[in-house]
Amino acid sequence: MTHLGYLLVGWGLTIGCGVLYSIHLVRRGRALAARVPTTRRRWLTADER
Amino acid sequence: MTQPMAAAATEQGSADNPASTGSRTTLGLGLVVLVGLVAVVLLGFFGAPEDDQQRDAVRMIFVHVPSALLTYVAFATTALGSVMWLWKRSVWWDIVAHSAAEIGVMFCGLTLATGSIWGRPTWNTYWDWGDVRLVTTLILFLIMVGYLSVRSMGDDDATATRASIIGLIAAVNLPIVNRSVEWWFDRTLHQKSSLTDGNLEDLTLFTLVLAIVVWGLFFLWAMTHRFRVGWLERELRSGDLDEAIAARKAEALIDGDFQNGASS
Repeated sequence: MTHLGYLLVGWGLTIGCGVLYSIHLVRRGRALAARVPTTRRRWLTADER
Repeated sequence: MTQPMAAAATEQGSADNPASTGSRTTLGLGLVVLVGLVAVVLLGFFGAPEDDQQRDAVRMIFVHVPSALLTYVAFATTALGSVMWLWKRSVWWDIVAHSAAEIGVMFCGLTLATGSIWGRPTWNTYWDWGDVRLVTTLILFLIMVGYLSVRSMGDDDATATRASIIGLIAAVNLPIVNRSVEWWFDRTLHQKSSLTDGNLEDLTLFTLVLAIVVWGLFFLWAMTHRFRVGWLERELRSGDLDEAIAARKAEALIDGDFQNGASS
C-alpha cells in the first residue's frame, strides 16, 4: 500500500480525536450529573424564557 | 418501591433522573457508530480500490470529506441556534448553538489537518496560502475558536449574545468556503466536489457515503451528550444561584428578627 504513513496519521488523528472527545463528554456528563440534584436532571423539558 | 430501593435508584439514576448524560438511545446510537466505523475502516483500507493518479492516498477521502461536511452542518446549526437566541432568547437553542460550535471546531480542525496530510502526497505541499478554500477554511476555524473563547469568558446573557453574533459572522463564511472551488477555480488546488462529479468508482462512492452516514451519526451522538452537559451546567449554575438567594433571604430574616428583638 502506498502512502501508508500519511493514511495512518490522518485516520488515526480523526478516530483518535473522536474517541478522546467522546470519553471527555461522557466523563464530564457523569461528573455534572453527580452534582446536579435529581429534580434538575431533566434536559428534555427545556423551555424558552 | 420501598424507601431503600428508591434511595438506591436516586443515587444511580433512573430513566427520568439519569446519573449521566447517556440513555438507551445514545447507547444504541454509539454501538451503531462503533460497528459502522469498523466497516468504514475495513472498506476504506481493504475494500475500495486505489486511484489511478493518487494511488492509495485517495483513501484519505473517507475521513476528510465527512469532516468537512460535518463542519458545515455543525456551524450551520450554530448559526440557527444563534438566530433563535437573538430572536426568542431561547436557552434551549443557545445550548444547541454552543454544543454544535464545540463539535464543529473539532471537525473543522480535523478537516484542515487531514487535508494538509492528504495534500503532501497529492499536491507535494502541506499548505498553499494562495488556495482560497484552504485560507477561508482556516478563517472559519479561527472565527469559531473565537466563538468558544468568548463563551469561556462567562455564562451570562450578554456573553451568549456576543457569541451568537460571532456565530452568525462565521455562517457568512460557510457558502464562501463551499463555493470557493467554483468561484475561484483558478486559485485552488482542490478538485470540484468528489460526491457530485461522478468520477468515483462504485465501491469508493459507497464507502464514502457510508463514512458520511457513520460520522453523521457520531455527530448526533456527540450533540446529544454535549447538549445534556450544557443543560446540566446551566442547572448547576441556577441551582447555586437559588441557594445563594435562599441563604441571603435567611440572613436578611435573621437580621430583621434581631433588629425587632432589639427594638422591643
